[in-house]
Amino acid sequence: MSWFLFIILAFFTLAGGLGVVVTRNVVHAALFLLVSLVAVAGLYLILFAEFLALVQVLIYGGAIIIVLLFAIMLTRTAEYPYISDNKQWPLAAVAAAAVGVVLGAAFLDSNIPETSPNSPAFADLANSLFTTWAIPFEVASLVLLVALIGAIIIARTGEDNR
Amino acid sequence: MQGLAPLLAVGLVDVIWMVVSLLAMFTGLSIVVLSLVWLERKALGRLQLRLGPTRTGLFGLLQPVADAIKLILKEDIIPNSSDRAIFWVAPVIVALSAFMIWVTIPATEGLVLRNLELGLFYITAFAVIGILGLVLAGWGSANKYGVLGGLRSAAQLISYEIPVIMVVVAVGMLAKSLDLRVIVAAQEQIPYVALLPLGMVVFFIAGLAEVGRTPFDIYHAESEVVGGPFVEYSGAHWSVFFLAEYINTFAIAALVVLLFLGGWSWPFDAAALAWLPSLPDIAWVGGLLSVIWFLLKVYAVIFVVFWIRGTFPRLRIDQLMAFAWKAMVPLSFYAIVITGVYLFYDWPAWTLTVMSLTGLVVVGYIVYRKMMEPARRIAEIKARQAAQVAERRASRQAS
Repeated sequence: MSWFLFIILAFFTLAGGLGVVVTRNVVHAALFLLVSLVAVAGLYLILFAEFLALVQVLIYGGAIIIVLLFAIMLTRTAEYPYISDNKQWPLAAVAAAAVGVVLGAAFLDSNIPETSPNSPAFADLANSLFTTWAIPFEVASLVLLVALIGAIIIARTGEDNR
Repeated sequence: MQGLAPLLAVGLVDVIWMVVSLLAMFTGLSIVVLSLVWLERKALGRLQLRLGPTRTGLFGLLQPVADAIKLILKEDIIPNSSDRAIFWVAPVIVALSAFMIWVTIPATEGLVLRNLELGLFYITAFAVIGILGLVLAGWGSANKYGVLGGLRSAAQLISYEIPVIMVVVAVGMLAKSLDLRVIVAAQEQIPYVALLPLGMVVFFIAGLAEVGRTPFDIYHAESEVVGGPFVEYSGAHWSVFFLAEYINTFAIAALVVLLFLGGWSWPFDAAALAWLPSLPDIAWVGGLLSVIWFLLKVYAVIFVVFWIRGTFPRLRIDQLMAFAWKAMVPLSFYAIVITGVYLFYDWPAWTLTVMSLTGLVVVGYIVYRKMMEPARRIAEIKARQAAQVAERRASRQAS
């Protein structure tokens, strides 16, 4: 049963990813990305990582895609919705291949323990996140803050030039 | 391969059971929506000194059925310039998120499709997906009002999502669980509305904004964006959005009851009810009674929602966003902070009530001052004019 589910979900993940690259319409690409990300949430569920799956749906399926759509609609892509590639695609392909090689190597090299239905409880997860890993957690939120400020600065300088 | 056959058999029974229970949930929710439509028409009618529907059946009870038949029989127009795929997918996403939420909302101890340890988190996660449907609906219709409405809905719903989630976190801290059944069990003695009235007010208001009920129905405001994301939808497609809106309203009311009003627990303990003729001690009788009690509470909250719709005018979009970020978000953070202080120092329960009421009153007063500012300014100007006139008259008389 879980193999069967895995194959279906993997298919949707890959098909969604392929759709993002292949489709000529930016909004469609965002939708394909949604399919892919939700399928990944399903994969987490197979691995008994309930919390991670829900975070995936909330952050990626909800927030990130909405922000993406927001950006697409607020910029002027409405006038040319079909421009989705440029001359940098060979570079992007090289970068993607490099990431793929690194991930593959890491996967082959690492020793992955089998998951069990008795995954760590939500409370244990919270405890380790806010005690052992508190500093990385805070740093991650700081990174988001920096990104936010950067976005504001970019938007403001555009205003001054006008 | 040998282990696969029993696994598949179990899987098949599970799947059939799942499909049956999902269908039962779908049917139940559809009946609920019909009842809500009737209740809203009747309540609004009475509030506006009308009778509401009276012609269709007893008390107009068949009016929602007539509405539904009309909607389904109506021609379903898909505009030529629309993005067909997105136009089709958008209502599906909205309805899916509305129904998915109900999978884990219990009507009583035993009556829940799938109780999750992370139930509340699951609900917030899938509620966000609904926003996506609205944005896509606006975009897919290739209509300027639609896109504007979609953007408005994204801005509004994302902003009001924050106070909802923060208050949910505060409730989770109080109950030390995100499991809705545990949260209700924790309110056996004192419902959380007595501990954290601030939380309930913020959750209810932000929840109204989340489902786009009247003081907050900016994104489909007829007078501004002629229906917003739904402008190009008609017939069955439009009715899917309608269905989802009512199911979401019901979900918000149910969550208010579960999180703050004690769910299906009775306000009196068993000893106080001893004078009642004792019921036959059958499990399902008790279960049925608690479901009825739960539904009564939910419908009471729903009635308040309709009452608000009949009473308040629509906000302006800048007022809406300012209210979210300047009143709701700080209040919800305040709720978390006071809950944390209360739990950490293990203070008596009434301190939390006092702290949250203080916050509520202070912010309420500030909002009231802000609301009254235009009127105050007009009064000031009028007073100044009157003073000038009087002065001029006095000087004229003197000369």
